[in-house]
Amino acid sequence: MLAKLPEPVEIAGGVHWIGALDPDLRTFDLILKTANGTTYNAYAVRGPEGVVVVDTVKEEFSEEFFTRLEQVADYDEIRAVILNHLEPDHTGAVPELMRRAPHAHIFCSVRALKVLTALLKDELDNYGYTLTDTGDRCSLSGRPISFVNTPYLHWPDTQCTFLEDEKLLFSGDVFGCHFCDDRLYNDRVGDFRFSFEYYFKHIMRPFKRWVLQAVDKIEPLAPELIAPAHGPILRDNPLSYVRSYRTLSNSYLPNEVEGREKSLLVFYMSAYGATADMAKAVHDGASSVEGVRVSLYDLQGGETEPFVDLIESADGLVFGSPTVNGDAVKPVWDVLASLISIETRGKLGGAFGSYGWSGEAVPMIEDRLRGLKMRVPAKGLRIKFHPTDKELDDCRDYGRTLAESLVGKAKPKVVDFADL
Amino acid sequence: MAKGKLSFTDIDVTVTVPAGTRVIEVSEKVGAGIIYGCREGDCGTCLMKVEGGMEYLSEPTALEDKVLKENMAGKDMRCACQAQVLGDGEVKVHPA
Repeated sequence: MLAKLPEPVEIAGGVHWIGALDPDLRTFDLILKTANGTTYNAYAVRGPEGVVVVDTVKEEFSEEFFTRLEQVADYDEIRAVILNHLEPDHTGAVPELMRRAPHAHIFCSVRALKVLTALLKDELDNYGYTLTDTGDRCSLSGRPISFVNTPYLHWPDTQCTFLEDEKLLFSGDVFGCHFCDDRLYNDRVGDFRFSFEYYFKHIMRPFKRWVLQAVDKIEPLAPELIAPAHGPILRDNPLSYVRSYRTLSNSYLPNEVEGREKSLLVFYMSAYGATADMAKAVHDGASSVEGVRVSLYDLQGGETEPFVDLIESADGLVFGSPTVNGDAVKPVWDVLASLISIETRGKLGGAFGSYGWSGEAVPMIEDRLRGLKMRVPAKGLRIKFHPTDKELDDCRDYGRTLAESLVGKAKPKVVDFADL
Repeated sequence: MAKGKLSFTDIDVTVTVPAGTRVIEVSEKVGAGIIYGCREGDCGTCLMKVEGGMEYLSEPTALEDKVLKENMAGKDMRCACQAQVLGDGEVKVHPA
């Protein structure tokens, strides 16, 4: 069933799928696996006054796209090119399409302009473009079209386009997945549930709060057909996929911290017990602050993925690592590297660790936490060899300071720039 | 040299800084939650909310103005990698 489709496929009145199939793809964007390849979905909408093209394909599939497009439209009929998302797998054919379609006018979101400029370079001066926002409505080629801005699903530029007379939502990457099956429709292709959830988990998960905002905008439209930019076209019960995005945006672990209580997680690794002792003292100090639930985890005893689920719903994270060969230890980096799949922006972070010679681990972890868009309100704690009783008091103070910062009880600090 | 005060309200830290200091030079050192992307006024990642003392920040350059417009920033928003503290007053900032 994976042979290349010879013809465009009419999916609604005057609307054709003119995308491309990529059944052999196994790794997408370096980070995503796909056991079923993918599709690059593009669409042509015919109206009484011409044709609108919605999205294109990855550049190496351009000829497949143009072949299908030419079967449903002449280039001089194309009045508009709508770009829901400017990533290269959807805009690979745009430069050539604009050269071939002399009357085409581009429609994209306000945030997309910067990327559009990078895509078309000086050629953009030859074309007209309109920047769109939620609620903008227009008649394109005689068909009623409105736009829904859906930022961060999964780029700042992303939007959906709604063809009102067919209640058809061209959703871009939203509600998409990497699954290639030339039967195209969700009620005809193979079982793609795993692919749908996998795609959400790796593409949309860091942007859950934006997903919920987008779903709030899309649900009232009650689309009867959802045509995403990857994977099956959702014609059977399309709203169930919208609801699924809402469900998938819930925390993977139910939140047990009630009301105003904050959650602080202390992770550590220890070779000789020194960093472990520090971790226990940091934990004890933090636990003395009312309103904070503090948890202590030895990274040697866990696997990365469940920790990531735990971190997603936490308010603060502290990592303890000894310094080995001038670096933090690998299990700490494994967790820190995996946090790209969740939202960490605004969480509180901290680092501590014992060391023998140079102690680079702590500042390196702090840099990574800042890179994850976290706030790091207190300078990390480094202790040479095993902590003394006085140094364990310092660890308790450090834990207390972090916890106080988490519940807004930190004492205001005034410092001079020269002392930083 | 004139000095100004720069307060990061998300972490309750106030820093006395020499006039001309960019917010980015301070915020990372104190661990405030303002985040950075390109660090050269192009991407808009470091948009911050100025909660007070906007008059004690340098005027946006043409470059920053462009980024603010592209990101549909409100009138109380600035790019932390571009805005400089002028001195003689207190500026209060918070991550956007």
